[in-house]
Amino acid sequence: MGVEQKLGNMGVVTTTLETAVNWARTNAMWPMQFGLACCAIEMMSAQAATYDMSRFGMELMRPSPRQSDLMIVAGRVSRKMAPVLRRLYDQMPEPKWVIAMGDCASCGGVFNNYAIVQGVDEVVPVDVYVAGCPPRPEALIHGVVTLFEKVKGEKFEDFVKA
Amino acid sequence: MDTRLEKIIKVLQEKASATYEEFRGEVHVFINAGQIVDALTFLRDEHQFSLLSVMTAVDYWPQDNPRFHVIYQLTSLTQNLSIQLRVPVNGNQLKVPTATRVFEVANWREREILDMFGIEFEGHPDPRRILMPEDWEGHPLRKDYPLGYEEPQFTFNFEEIDLRKPYAKE
Repeated sequence: MGVEQKLGNMGVVTTTLETAVNWARTNAMWPMQFGLACCAIEMMSAQAATYDMSRFGMELMRPSPRQSDLMIVAGRVSRKMAPVLRRLYDQMPEPKWVIAMGDCASCGGVFNNYAIVQGVDEVVPVDVYVAGCPPRPEALIHGVVTLFEKVKGEKFEDFVKA
Repeated sequence: MDTRLEKIIKVLQEKASATYEEFRGEVHVFINAGQIVDALTFLRDEHQFSLLSVMTAVDYWPQDNPRFHVIYQLTSLTQNLSIQLRVPVNGNQLKVPTATRVFEVANWREREILDMFGIEFEGHPDPRRILMPEDWEGHPLRKDYPLGYEEPQFTFNFEEIDLRKPYAKE
């Protein structure tokens, strides 16, 4: 019990710093609108009324990379778009995570040719891959919850990257 | 073939020494590169073919002479007619005069043909690539361009392909 016994009903909780920081990060992670193709429709419907992503803290999708934590790459990335994607990723402030949504972002999908980047992990480092063409909104939410579990497992050494 | 089209083709045959083929109601008229702009202007002004619906190119490799055909499909909304003009382009002489002064929409279509086939249009106001990145080499829709696919990564060759894949750094 420790401190709570002495303080009584004062409304004080003790925990570790990692738990507190990770709890804050997961409960209000703002995604960046990066809907490129058909997966964007499923991302929109995941944000809308029936499959609400606001329940998980993603209340709004910021179009600006400077104000977002999470980049959901939804759709196929062409060779012309790849430097733009990298530039937007570099403009996001730390801490930042990337979800590759759909088959085209994970591995090139059905488009195995010269013009489409075969998997967006050739351009940005990806944390969670969500499969599907397009993934259902429930699948995207499952991917988001998986990312939250990954973030909750982050240790103190990851926060302090010298 | 429609009687109005027959009259038009007769005029084109006299003035531009054009040949034509007909297939199931569609008419293809073959015109040389030097006379295409005059033919387009003639069709737009005199016969109300005011819509350039389609402008593409076809590659007939390994046939070298002509290797490409540039295709212009003109539609007349008032007469409900459509005619197709083809310009045969040689394999080592890839220049065609531009149609931007006749039809404004030809601007981006000609940029796409330049990007995908390498056919240059003389007098084009903005000749640069439109679909591929600017520093791309090669013209993808030619028949001798490689498909550019990546070998699929199954479980048995997962590690070998994994070593070759260019992963992003942080």
